[in-house]
Amino acid sequence: MKKRMVSVLLLIAMAGSLSACGNGSSENGGDVKSLTVLNYGKYMDESVIRQFEKETGIKIKYEEYESPEEMYTKYKAGSIDYDIICSSEYMVERLIKEGEVLQMDFEAMDNYKNLDSSIIDMSSSYDSSHNYTVPYFYGTLGLLYKKDTIQQDVVSSWECLWDPTYEDEIIMENSVRDSFTPALISLGYSLNETDEGHLKEALERLKKQKQDGIVYAYYVDETSDSMISEEASIALCYSGEAALAMLENDNLGYSVPKEGSNLWIDSWFVPKSCNDQKAALQFLNFLCREDIADKNFEYVQYASPITAVVEKQNEAVKNNEAINPSADTIRRCEIFTALSDEESALYSKLWQELLAD
Amino acid sequence: MSKLKQQFLAGPYLLWIVGFILLPVLMILYYAFTNADGIFTLEYIFAIGSETNRKAIGLSLQLGIICTIICLLLSYPLAMILSRIQFKNQGFVVFIFMLPMWMNFMLRILAWKLLLSKNGVINTLLEGIGMPEISIINTPVAVVLGMVYDFLPFMLLPIYNSMTRIRKDWIEAAQDLGANNVTIFFKIILPLTVSGIISGIVMVFVPSLTSFAISQVLGGGQVLLIGNVIEQDFMQGMQWNAGSGLSFVLMIFVIASMALVNLFDKEEPVK
Repeated sequence: MKKRMVSVLLLIAMAGSLSACGNGSSENGGDVKSLTVLNYGKYMDESVIRQFEKETGIKIKYEEYESPEEMYTKYKAGSIDYDIICSSEYMVERLIKEGEVLQMDFEAMDNYKNLDSSIIDMSSSYDSSHNYTVPYFYGTLGLLYKKDTIQQDVVSSWECLWDPTYEDEIIMENSVRDSFTPALISLGYSLNETDEGHLKEALERLKKQKQDGIVYAYYVDETSDSMISEEASIALCYSGEAALAMLENDNLGYSVPKEGSNLWIDSWFVPKSCNDQKAALQFLNFLCREDIADKNFEYVQYASPITAVVEKQNEAVKNNEAINPSADTIRRCEIFTALSDEESALYSKLWQELLAD
Repeated sequence: MSKLKQQFLAGPYLLWIVGFILLPVLMILYYAFTNADGIFTLEYIFAIGSETNRKAIGLSLQLGIICTIICLLLSYPLAMILSRIQFKNQGFVVFIFMLPMWMNFMLRILAWKLLLSKNGVINTLLEGIGMPEISIINTPVAVVLGMVYDFLPFMLLPIYNSMTRIRKDWIEAAQDLGANNVTIFFKIILPLTVSGIISGIVMVFVPSLTSFAISQVLGGGQVLLIGNVIEQDFMQGMQWNAGSGLSFVLMIFVIASMALVNLFDKEEPVK
């Protein structure tokens, strides 16, 4: 009996200490201001953070994540009060719909005018009133290929992903929506398709691709390394990733197929958990400053929405499709929209069916 | 009074058990038996019967069993040799076999990936001496190879331990009474090492059944084990309930296999 008493007491003590932890994190030291930033991994030059701390005296607590879904889980867990977060458009859209995002006052941001207005227009699909988000980087989904064995006209169409000539030579993305994109587009559907029949047709195409032995692997982060060492001939990947791989290996090229593709925009938003909106805006304003945006561009090599950054680039970089998608490419592309819980459950079910096949 | 003191000494461990074992398991149970709206449902438990999950768990069992058998076949003779060799410092020899375990297991798996990949070290060497290249990367074969490499010490150690506990005089006595080596092996060595074999099997089979990282890295996303399904449910699909349901079913598999093994283990002393 006594034993049970002790364990109950311990349980209570533990629950108490846990809730104490929860309270502890919300009180911010009055003297030193601090800002908790959540961003994709390897998505900001470290020196930028140091510089911001030096210039403003605000301390940055910088945290990173891998996938938008992981970010969502981290944020929703609520154990840390994030002040400012960067994520992909469909996840931002979801959070805006859930009422988790605060409106921002861009009047207070001097550097907001540095942003390319056409990019802000593109963000309408997830932030129609342009009050919630500031674009950080954008890019496309396309094909990274080996220039010596693959002709450019081959990779100008998604059909090459089903060509048996490239048996064991094609790397697909190990994420549902990215790998479904070519299949849906080649069938003439939208990449935001939610009709079960149409999705199943796309699944059949992907199954055939796997059964025919065309797929070498489904990778995420390993794609660029594998392509640099030329393990496969064609890989489905993001533009910036392709640009980095092309820096390492001259034999690689990037193409966005003519049927169209996905255009993605990663943006910053201030979540409800923010404790200091003023400091958060100050940080955003800092990121939109030309020299800072330039530093970050040099580090990540994705397309920057800051006009001055693009203007400063030399012609080769400016016209590199893997860095700056051309106006023509952007016109052909579509932005992902957020899926409902049922729709994303359907997507994952089909995806697992493919991988288990 | 002293009893109470003892209980307080157990306090930190109790806290650990409650906080990091009991509570998480209860949370998994809660998620497994409810849907996204928090309403009781058995849907996610029965989801194990869906074609995808059946395939995944079938493959997991298959690879787990193959991996366990290979580990056993490799470890048993090795343990026998190790326990027989008269070295000045026998501990050192065992230490050498355990050395790879000191390195992070992910690192070792990534090394295998580099070795096996299409333009990897092994294929470059094979090409150099004019042999045909091997392409086992991103297939179940590579996954089994990785599992065997990672889990081998877990089979070797318990068998080696039970092997060293066999007293020399027993074998000498058997030899005096005219038993040949085959008889000695089947009548003395094998029965006395059964407990080691069985704990080895559990320690290899359970992690290989639930592993997801090895199949992800060496299977190139093409080998979907039940662990990968669960990982995707949590990390990609945001379906905590479905993932918890499968984890719960997997727990039953693990407990069942351990119970089965315990059954054999208990019978042992009776013989």
